[in-house]
Amino acid sequence: MSTQLPTQIPTGGYNFAYLDEQTKRMIRRAILKAVAIPGYQVPFGSREMPLPYGWGTGGIQVTAAIIGPEDTLKVIDQGADDTTNAVNIRSFFQKTTGVATTEKTREASLIQTRHRIPETALSEGQIMVYQVPIPEPLRWLEPREGETRKMHGLAEYGVMQVKLYEDIAHYGHISTAYDYPVRVNGRYIMSPSPIPKFDNPKMDNSPALQLFGAGREKRIYAIPPYTSVKSLDFEDHPFEIETWDGACAICGATDSYLDEIVTDDTGGRIFVCSDTDYCGERVEAGHKGADDEEKAA
Amino acid sequence: MYVAVKGGERAIDNSRLLLAEERRGDPAVPELTLAQIDQQLSLAVDRVMTEGSLYDRELAALAVKQAQGDLIEAIFLLRAYRTTLPRFGYAEPLETAAMHLRRRISATYKDLPGGQVLGPTFDYTLRLLDFDLAENGATPEAEMAEEPLAGAMPRVADILGHGGLIEPETPQDDRPVGDVTRDPMTFPADRDARLQALARGDEGFLLSLGYSTQRGYGKNHPFAGEIRLGEVAVEFVPEELGFPIEIGEITITECQMINQFQGSTTEPAKFTRGYGLTFGHCERKAMAMALVDRSLRAQELGEEPKAPAQDQEFVLYHADNVEASGFTQHLKLPHYVDFQAELVMVRRMRETAANNATPGDDFEEAAD
Repeated sequence: MSTQLPTQIPTGGYNFAYLDEQTKRMIRRAILKAVAIPGYQVPFGSREMPLPYGWGTGGIQVTAAIIGPEDTLKVIDQGADDTTNAVNIRSFFQKTTGVATTEKTREASLIQTRHRIPETALSEGQIMVYQVPIPEPLRWLEPREGETRKMHGLAEYGVMQVKLYEDIAHYGHISTAYDYPVRVNGRYIMSPSPIPKFDNPKMDNSPALQLFGAGREKRIYAIPPYTSVKSLDFEDHPFEIETWDGACAICGATDSYLDEIVTDDTGGRIFVCSDTDYCGERVEAGHKGADDEEKAA
Repeated sequence: MYVAVKGGERAIDNSRLLLAEERRGDPAVPELTLAQIDQQLSLAVDRVMTEGSLYDRELAALAVKQAQGDLIEAIFLLRAYRTTLPRFGYAEPLETAAMHLRRRISATYKDLPGGQVLGPTFDYTLRLLDFDLAENGATPEAEMAEEPLAGAMPRVADILGHGGLIEPETPQDDRPVGDVTRDPMTFPADRDARLQALARGDEGFLLSLGYSTQRGYGKNHPFAGEIRLGEVAVEFVPEELGFPIEIGEITITECQMINQFQGSTTEPAKFTRGYGLTFGHCERKAMAMALVDRSLRAQELGEEPKAPAQDQEFVLYHADNVEASGFTQHLKLPHYVDFQAELVMVRRMRETAANNATPGDDFEEAAD
């Protein structure tokens, strides 16, 4: 993040990072407030962006407000750098800022993501920007914004506990697989954005600053570095993450989030890492997947 | 060996090229000019300007052309351009009583000062396909009237206002008017913010909501008090001058709905208003907007809100077609990480259910 004004940057007739400086200032103020009150949803004057609502306009505005010429940007969607939406957003920032981009988690100072947190541990000084479709964790229990803001104000979270309890009563376990609600800094219940619950533990006490932007819903919220983020659960039904029986077919990883790839129309399937950078790094380090070993045998 | 799919960037570039080719269509057919769209598809341009909240016929025509006639896409293009424009101030309120009328009708009075002026409208056409038009037949010419229309015609609502029969429409406080494009909406929303959101709102959505009030979902007995179309001057007060100067003229459609109000313990019975305003000639939109505006006033008028059209959050959060279109279509984006999480969850739930089922139970087979 840098406040130094850029010079000589190819931005195609628009201001650096597309947004005008007034708008950036308004967004930065919202971000500062969000950092000061971890997990609280700050309303902001979200602008229309040249990408559609629901396609990352909140994350893009947050990134545009904090990116500086010395930043190195990584953009992922579903954990991968080359998914269509990630490609689109990365090229938007390349055009409007000219900053360096990378696919390496370690090299990035700024990571904009949709639906995943990288497997490689984040470090101090890095900033994660999450794209958020529905920022309100209580939305499915109460559709009215007026009501949910009151519930947050009074920390009146009983309905959420009841919902989780009813899940256990019906199914024997909590039936939320992604966008699993968390409590931030012991106060606000927050939507972690639609990441799989597998990624929730990575948010807890992270050395990186985590910012969340919801463009259509006009909300920004944040988790400052080293802040407690606890996935909601019960003493006798502790929070648990997804597990797979197999390993990544490409790199053999057993500790990463796996995507299922359908290989034929008779039920054949393999699993591969959703985080393409992590998978590639492991392959470079000499790890092999079962797929390769079979071929070699 | 499985190789992960790569090459998103090239595929996207190619998709863009293909789109440009599709937009142009058969190169043997002459290309549309912006002037042709502006002149001959003028109502499309009007709608795009209204819901795009930007009065610029040429840019709106360009948006229609670029969007291949997809008006919601064109509105999105215009909005994304508008958001980058610097804002140097706010115009003075429009004086619609002084507008140069081309059309002005009232359904509440047979005759009134200034008269009924039908103007250009589909209302009295027979909806028969005109095959001469397909042959590019000659356009009949409208005859010039013997005398021009009156310069200013009183608004019907003002005529009613003289007898105190209709609520006055004056600012409730000296607070500056809000701006929904700069500040996030808060609820309950004030009328200025509501009217702005409705003016930008999707015509189809407002049409259906307005229609629902006519069918009994929040009925409010509307009469089309007046609909007027014409040109009105836009005035602006530059700081260095301190007095208003005319900076241009725009075409607008204004609709004043007059609605019954039963009165309450503190107020006698009177008529209330619903208001609709659009750029250009968007009569259907202006009328629908006026119906929904009145519905959304339920609470302030002491009516119990029961119907969708009376629910501020429901109407205002869902009226914007750029927001709605984006979020609906975002379902096309990859969701395979979340889907994988659901797969793991559903498989686990089926496993649990199968383990709990008694042997020989149908459920067990289904879970295999």
